[in-house]
Amino acid sequence: MADQTVPLHTVPHPGRSATEERAAPDGPMLAADGRPLKASLARALRRQKLSAFLLTAPLLAFLLVAFVIPIGDMLLRSVDNRIVPETLPRTTQMLGHWDARAGDLPPEPVFEALYVDLQEAADARMHTRLGSRLNYDLPGISSVFRGAPRALQAMDPDQPLREQFIDANRAWGEMQTWQTIRALSGHYTAGYFLSAADMRPAADGGVELVPERQRIYAQLFLRTLVLSLTITALTLILGYPIAYLIASQPLRTANLLLILVLLPFWTSLLVRTSSWKVLLQQQGVVNDLLVWIGIVSDANRLVMMNNWIGTVVAMTHILLPFMILPLFSVMKTIPPTYVRAAKSLGANDWTAFWRVYFPQSIPGIGAGAVLVFILAIGYYITPALVGGTDGIFISNRIAFHISTSLNWGLAAALGAILLVAVLVIFWVYDRMVGIDNVKLG
Amino acid sequence: MADFPSYTSTGQKAWHYGFRVICGAIFFFLVAPIVVIIPLSFNATMFFTFTPEMLRLDPAGYSLRHYRDFLESPEWQRALRNSIQIAPVATLLAVTFGTLAAIGLSQRHVPFKRAIMAVMISPMIVPLIISATGMFFFYSKIGLQGTYWGIVLAHAVLGVPFVIITVTATLVGFDNSLTRASASLGAGPVRTFFKVQMPLILPGVISGGLFAFITSFDEVVIVMFVGSAQQQTLPWRMFTGLREQISPTILAVATILVVLSILLLTVLELLRRRSERIRGVTPA
Amino acid sequence: MKLSRVLAGAASVFALTAGMTTGDELPPCENCADTMVAVSWGGAYQRSQQMAYTIPYAEMTGVDVVWDESSAEAVALLRAQSEAGNITWDVVDVTGADSIRLCDDGLAMPVDHDELLAEAPDGTPPTEDFGETIVSECFIPQIVFSTTFGYRHDLLDEEPDSVCDVFDLERFPGRRALEARPIGNMEWALICDGVDIDEVYDVLETDEGVERALDKLGTIKSEVIWWQAGAETPQLLADGEVVMGSTYNGRLFAAIEEEDQPISMLWEWQMFDLDGWIIPEDLPEDRLNRVKHFLHFATDTQRLADQARWISYGPARESSQPLVGEHAELGIEMAEHMPTHPDNAERTFLFNYEWWADYRDDIDARFQSWLLR
Repeated sequence: MADQTVPLHTVPHPGRSATEERAAPDGPMLAADGRPLKASLARALRRQKLSAFLLTAPLLAFLLVAFVIPIGDMLLRSVDNRIVPETLPRTTQMLGHWDARAGDLPPEPVFEALYVDLQEAADARMHTRLGSRLNYDLPGISSVFRGAPRALQAMDPDQPLREQFIDANRAWGEMQTWQTIRALSGHYTAGYFLSAADMRPAADGGVELVPERQRIYAQLFLRTLVLSLTITALTLILGYPIAYLIASQPLRTANLLLILVLLPFWTSLLVRTSSWKVLLQQQGVVNDLLVWIGIVSDANRLVMMNNWIGTVVAMTHILLPFMILPLFSVMKTIPPTYVRAAKSLGANDWTAFWRVYFPQSIPGIGAGAVLVFILAIGYYITPALVGGTDGIFISNRIAFHISTSLNWGLAAALGAILLVAVLVIFWVYDRMVGIDNVKLG
Repeated sequence: MADFPSYTSTGQKAWHYGFRVICGAIFFFLVAPIVVIIPLSFNATMFFTFTPEMLRLDPAGYSLRHYRDFLESPEWQRALRNSIQIAPVATLLAVTFGTLAAIGLSQRHVPFKRAIMAVMISPMIVPLIISATGMFFFYSKIGLQGTYWGIVLAHAVLGVPFVIITVTATLVGFDNSLTRASASLGAGPVRTFFKVQMPLILPGVISGGLFAFITSFDEVVIVMFVGSAQQQTLPWRMFTGLREQISPTILAVATILVVLSILLLTVLELLRRRSERIRGVTPA
Repeated sequence: MKLSRVLAGAASVFALTAGMTTGDELPPCENCADTMVAVSWGGAYQRSQQMAYTIPYAEMTGVDVVWDESSAEAVALLRAQSEAGNITWDVVDVTGADSIRLCDDGLAMPVDHDELLAEAPDGTPPTEDFGETIVSECFIPQIVFSTTFGYRHDLLDEEPDSVCDVFDLERFPGRRALEARPIGNMEWALICDGVDIDEVYDVLETDEGVERALDKLGTIKSEVIWWQAGAETPQLLADGEVVMGSTYNGRLFAAIEEEDQPISMLWEWQMFDLDGWIIPEDLPEDRLNRVKHFLHFATDTQRLADQARWISYGPARESSQPLVGEHAELGIEMAEHMPTHPDNAERTFLFNYEWWADYRDDIDARFQSWLLR
């Protein structure tokens, strides 16, 4: 590549450069082509930077369009509230002048604006979508909007509309309805993030926790965290001896054993999840075996699937190689002489391991643990297939809001929180291990 | 039998064997779940258990019917075809962009190197559900949702970090004086790249490519959001099957995939050895 | 009630014609796309649609029909497609409730049933022939099905005979499968908590009523596996993961009659529901023409009756009822397996579409947060 030849220009020709340097003892040092060396070096550096840029630019542009912008675009939904001001443009504008604290319902012009807005919304068939949106903040309002076209038909626009609206549905005569619409008049809202934190706007303008029975997200985030930590701990407990064993074997044996670790690593995630489904179900292989041995009776087969146990077991298996590989790559650099020295100085096996070997393996533990944890916290497929309801993760909830409840704003807010959590850990990982030190087998 | 020095205590011997038993159990945990589905896929019944006939090794207990189902079912065949059509193209994109970028990043003076590296690794770190939903909405907007190219681009994104990591790793040991030598002998930059640099980083490029390939071939979350029925891939089909109508056909497919991963693993191992040989890193 | 007549009609089946009438003359289709993406639920149900509708249609017209098993997520996906202005589906099989929602949100196209669909053989206009199964102006009805319970008769000591046995963990120990949504579950919970069937929706309209239903479900929550796709329950039953579970009656029929599983049906308080086609809004003209051409064919009297030969769902047309015969492969009489057969339909209730359309958002949110607690 062009860049590789760049340094040549800066290498002064042995014969000429000497004379030139002598020829200008007080002037700037000159390069082979007679230009000042400093400028030449700077030029070479610029060219090198340029070539580095040109080489990385296509990928950066590609990632920007295919990956970064889509995610940014999705995250914007977590604050996007355009549906309210755009579906009710006149009403929201009029409400800006309404003083909610006075305790009076909005005046007649607001109802006139609402009449026109709703008429247009019904023609565009947007009224039910708006109702669903408002329903997140004001439970029960969605049916009011659903019935709006019918209610509008019965109204006489020449008569005062306020009474007619309240007659059609008493929700229009409640302060809360109008306060909510007014609060949601802006193009952006923090409402989805509040919901994601089990909170809602309070009547006094502040925020409050939702009633206890409806709090779920804090618990779900906590569960995702606890199960991910459990899985990380289990992979460490299972992975450490394996990595230790492989690192202490002669190369040929070590390579053979490594293949046993790499095989699951290379096997399709769905293959591994299917086998756990086959193994763990009540009439599955593990239960059959336990019954056959006589540990459990046929009537009391263990329930190991469609709950958190299934998630933990299957994910520990799936993520174990991600723990073993970084551990191994650190352990193989630990010289065995240290442990031998410790022993020759009188340490017993345990002391030699715990005081000498283990501290040196900590970087591997850190790298493996962070990697496993990052991967675990965002898992979706395995919990969805074997997790039941108490073994699902926040990812599954995001998918639920995208495809079933259609609360895309909330999904985006939950996604944003998860993403921030992951990026923070990623940053820590980068500090600890350095992303350019990630190794794959 | 291990050869113990004479001063080894009984406890140490017990631990030596105990430790190996523990490790054996963990290896069993690692490998058994993958191996267990292989005999089950030859099950002659529609169930997921070892029938008495199978345990007696009676040939009547075994059959190829689930493999036949796989080969004869138009849905599975369509899924297989889609997987085969998507993964190589996604791999090619990831390898091309990734290799160029890795070479760019390996130079001595790269502004914002850490930040660029972080962006390029991030598809591996960002939870799939977030990438998937982001792509779902954005690709819908630009008309890529539900198209072949939508999935190919999305999968290429996922493959990039692997290519970056493996190619960067081979470039770490790369001796830049080789390209200088090549240039001083009169080779142009393109020629230098293909004749000097490429052969040396090739193992890294290929193993990165294999990672990218298997990532695409195995990916299901993104494909479910970005794809539509026409692009249903093998893992997607397996996901639906696992959830809805588990039939041992899934185990037959799984077995085929296990064999495939063993093949890929072998290729990768051979590449690693070749790379070590070329670069003169001889195993001790 | 027209709907009840249809339901009763499905019960009194006369096996008149067993064979599918082929060789029908199809009108030519002008300016029509030659591929069509149909969306359905997968499994035995989709197969029955393929056998009765799309395979004959493809043979006659050469159209390439691609199936997508995404009906469960139809509303979300259609909304995303419409937001992006890129509709990839041509005809979508949805439940009556989803059709109302799609119609409300402007995602499904309102149709003139009399203009689009075929008359009954005796000339009865479609609106009359389909009757009250046309629950929204976007909905082209296809079948009447029910959500009901199946149980493993070999794993239970005694056989359950009421839906309320699902809530009795002492007499019927073991896990149950219920759908991970409130519809159906809330009604059953209230009925089994002593609420009269006619008052169920009045009770459910109040906060206390919702709590009451959730509390009742809470008594078995620890033993419930929540399903999302109708095929999960038969699988869970077959694997012995659950001893009883709710699902669509056709799925249970397939598990019992076609796969010979040790499963029995529990018909008491089955919930009737409807399923049919919608056409997405804003289709390009050639694709719209194709879909209309297909629907005219696929919802005629004979075709709806043909579908009942592959799955135990009752045709939504009254004129199709007498044509329902034996199962196409098993040769068993389909009548007694229909949810509407008098023996099965002693106590039933009808999914209240309007009510759920109004309250779905609220109760869904409450139910889902309850589920995760």
